[in-house]
Amino acid sequence: MNNNIIAPENLVYQKSSLVKDNVMHYCPGCNHGTVHRMIAEVIEEMGMQDNTLCACPVGCAVFLYKYIDVDTVESAHGRAPAIATAMKRLHPDKLVFTYQGDGDLSAIGAGETLHACNRGENIAIIFINNAIYGMTGGQMSPSTLEGMKTSTCPYGRDVALNGYPMKIANVLAELEGTCYVTRQSVHTAAAVRKTKKAIRKAFENSMAGKGTSIVEIVAACNAGWKMSPHEAHLWLEENMFPFYQLGDIKDK
Amino acid sequence: MAKVKGAVEVDVNRCKGCELCVFACPSKVLALSQSVNDKGYAYAYMKQPELCIGCASCAYMCPDGCIKVYKIKE
Ligand SMILES: Cc1ncc(C[n+]2csc(CCOP(=O)(O)OP(=O)(O)O)c2C)c(N)n1
Ligand code: SF4
Ligand code: SF4
Repeated sequence: MNNNIIAPENLVYQKSSLVKDNVMHYCPGCNHGTVHRMIAEVIEEMGMQDNTLCACPVGCAVFLYKYIDVDTVESAHGRAPAIATAMKRLHPDKLVFTYQGDGDLSAIGAGETLHACNRGENIAIIFINNAIYGMTGGQMSPSTLEGMKTSTCPYGRDVALNGYPMKIANVLAELEGTCYVTRQSVHTAAAVRKTKKAIRKAFENSMAGKGTSIVEIVAACNAGWKMSPHEAHLWLEENMFPFYQLGDIKDK
Repeated sequence: MAKVKGAVEVDVNRCKGCELCVFACPSKVLALSQSVNDKGYAYAYMKQPELCIGCASCAYMCPDGCIKVYKIKE
């Protein structure tokens, strides 16, 4: 029966042709891959493959340039918004975006991020907030939740000692230079579709010169959280969403 | 009324067995295999193919883009 369904004329969905065929190094079930796929789909649908420049981060997504078939520059840790600033100013006709984790964007790169947003650079920032430094072994990041255990706060984040979890997207929304700040997720198929729409809007803003757009994706790092991918999504719903509430924070 | 029928094709050796598609499927079509692929992972397959509606939820969830979705109206 399935044999007559599986035919080229009946194909309704497959990975974007901009997602390369090499196997991504991410842990099984990692949300980075899902977001990469949506970025690739948006670029393909906008017909911008040859006119996109990505500033890649340091973090698990450091090899993004191997997976999405667009021109990329590998930034020093946290410096992607500075690289993207230069690229967009020199090539205003290009679609320019950064891809950054919470360690990259809100810890070492907090300065670059704040000032790029404050200057209103016409770039899109795709921000994967998994509340942890995934790549280096699950250390606490600025967005680690209160009480959340990581390798550098094994008894849970203590705000008296470590400070409060930072809602950096809300801070960035306060800056004049940002035009669109939204918080999304990719833990269900419906959420993945919404994230794709948000990425599209951010990319269109970059092209329209409206200012800086930030798409935060509240994501799971199942390996760092020491859970199965599905359990990590349940944990995300229960613990991350009450603090990092989903939805548009700013849209002007 | 036309009946919608779907089917999926999994790139077996690309699959890492994360199981997100299995949980995403509204019709409980998918399961992980007993055998393993070249990388040593159990991979997703259609355990109950007749139930597939071609909604693509599984493929949207797959981090690695391993799933192709097909759909027909009968
Ligand atoms: C200048 C510098 N300092 C520190 C590091 C070590 N380092 C590599 S990745 C990383 C944190 C990445 O965390 P995040 O941005 O949250 O991304 P994730 O891996 O979770 O996707 C750190 C501190 C580095 N590579 N360069
Ligand atoms: S360590 Fe976490 S963020 Fe990095 S690839 Fe694994 S699951 Fe993804
Ligand atoms: S296309 Fe929909 S019904 Fe078919 S296997 Fe995927 S999730 Fe299940």
